[in-house]
Amino acid sequence: MAALTFVIRRLLQALLVMTAIATVGFAVQQSIGDPARELIGEGASLAERAALRQRLGLDDPWPEQLLRFLGRAAAGDLGASYTFRQPALGVILSKFSATFELVLAASLIVIAVSIPGGIYCALRPGGWQARTIMVASVAGLSVPVFLTGILAIALFSVQLGWLPSYGRGDTVALGAWTTGLLTSDGLLHLLLPSFTLASIMVPLFLRLVRSQMLEALSQDYVRTARAKGLPPMRVWLSHALRNAAIPLVTLGGLQVGTLLAYTILTETVFQWPGMGFLFLDAVARSDTPLIIAYMVFVGALFVLINTLVDLAYLLIDPRVTLAGPVR
Amino acid sequence: MTPSVDSSAGRGWLARLARGRAARGVLAVLGLLLLASALAPLYAPQDPYDLESLDLLDAELPPAWMEQGQSRFPLGTDAQGRDMFSAMLYGAGISLVIGICAVALQLLIGVSAGLVAGYRGGRVDAAIMRVADIQLSLSTLMVAIIVLGLMRSAFGSDRFGALAIPMLVLVIGIAEWPHFARAVRGSVLAEKQKDHVLAARALGLAPMRIVLRHILPNVASPILVLATVQVANAVIAEASLSFLGLGMPATMPSLGALIRAGFELLLSGSWWITLLPSLLLVAIILCVNVLGDAMRDALDPHSVLLSHYPR
Repeated sequence: MAALTFVIRRLLQALLVMTAIATVGFAVQQSIGDPARELIGEGASLAERAALRQRLGLDDPWPEQLLRFLGRAAAGDLGASYTFRQPALGVILSKFSATFELVLAASLIVIAVSIPGGIYCALRPGGWQARTIMVASVAGLSVPVFLTGILAIALFSVQLGWLPSYGRGDTVALGAWTTGLLTSDGLLHLLLPSFTLASIMVPLFLRLVRSQMLEALSQDYVRTARAKGLPPMRVWLSHALRNAAIPLVTLGGLQVGTLLAYTILTETVFQWPGMGFLFLDAVARSDTPLIIAYMVFVGALFVLINTLVDLAYLLIDPRVTLAGPVR
Repeated sequence: MTPSVDSSAGRGWLARLARGRAARGVLAVLGLLLLASALAPLYAPQDPYDLESLDLLDAELPPAWMEQGQSRFPLGTDAQGRDMFSAMLYGAGISLVIGICAVALQLLIGVSAGLVAGYRGGRVDAAIMRVADIQLSLSTLMVAIIVLGLMRSAFGSDRFGALAIPMLVLVIGIAEWPHFARAVRGSVLAEKQKDHVLAARALGLAPMRIVLRHILPNVASPILVLATVQVANAVIAEASLSFLGLGMPATMPSLGALIRAGFELLLSGSWWITLLPSLLLVAIILCVNVLGDAMRDALDPHSVLLSHYPR
């Protein structure tokens, strides 16, 4: 029963958010450019253009147009891109694999660095290693992500010539999905962008892991676990870390939007052919349907990930119920 | 009735701040930089906005200490033959002005909203803080990228360039006000129970006067610290947006726009066009962040002590 309520409430929220975003998209389409002119070009006569406007329904009253726009959007039709002459949503989706693999690689790096690093800093807070890590994390927070990328290119591509600086390298098509993870060239191209994207998130998560672990380690249940002779590793990981996990997941959920913005910056620096790169291209060309499709897609992603975060609380903390998560 | 300032939280922290070595150092650096860029028109070798004075024959000259460098261009030139030293002076000024103005706007909206929410309470409070929560759940940079992207394709790049400064200030200013609203609201809730406020209310003073003269002065210190940190964030946001081509145009570059223009030439070996403005940008952000930390420590001396122990 609780599960059903949760699903229904989530769906309603998602519907509301997506309708709001699509309505903004409609307003944008109304105010930027003239679809009739974009579709048949500057050369057409006024009569031809008027006929096309009539056929597209651009002369109808706007509430009617809005309803039609929302109806089509619900069916996944957000209009055709002016530059690609293809359905805008399809163009966005074709770039999704590149962005997804970049974000996936960066997330794995963030997990692999910030959790052990944060635990270490919490276990030996006074040592010089922990101090070095903390100072480095402050410095990491002060360097904008696009500068990290530029400095990495200057060092590893220009100065040392070790790593490629732009593009995705060789990719393999698995049906509709293209992947760079299966070729050595693709993996080589992934190194600099993924470490750059991770560099901005690692300090944030590392500091949170550290402070949560410090708090957990001073709790009575950790003392009890130690007193009954459990191996230290087990105390740290399954007693202390598990209780530090809820704020980590919350932070992860909060950072999704920011991560998408950082992805746009990283894709621009490394000319990574993903959705963010495509979006900036669409802005430069005033390709309104593509801009709107990006907005709608990112909005849907945001809603989806926030739902997944709420579900993750269930797995981590048995006290949480679907009806009312304890936060 | 004279305005009541609670002296235990103390004005003394500003004096304590001024005694700290790190704070004095970064304050001096930032002050010098602001002064240098404000007075740049008086002494800079070149007016970087005057495209007439540029000579393409001077393009991509390295800094003066390198082999092909010329003493006319101490830090080299960019692809249009623009003097990097002058461009960076002007650019740093633009970056700082946008950052400071954006935070001023955040302060204006956030402090007013926080004062009203905290003092009024009830439904007004709930409504304001609900809006603040929604605003905070959206990422500033993501919203800025989409809004400025839409503006750019609506206005075209020329008109967008002319309007870039006010638009950047508005977008960054509006996106981040909830931080101030939350901080102020919390302080007001604590403050309005205190005797001096109760006395002011008993005297029948107007709510506006109580809020502005009896509450605001006592919550000002933490706001100042937050504002400093926010300037660093606003400078980062402006640089990031300009780097994406959604901020200052190449004809009137901020540090981010300079880095964008130089980035294309990095691979061909002209590193100074990108790396010199990058270094200046990082230096500014670090200085502002160190200043913010020093202010926090001066405001709350206990936090210095505590920060060395596990919390």
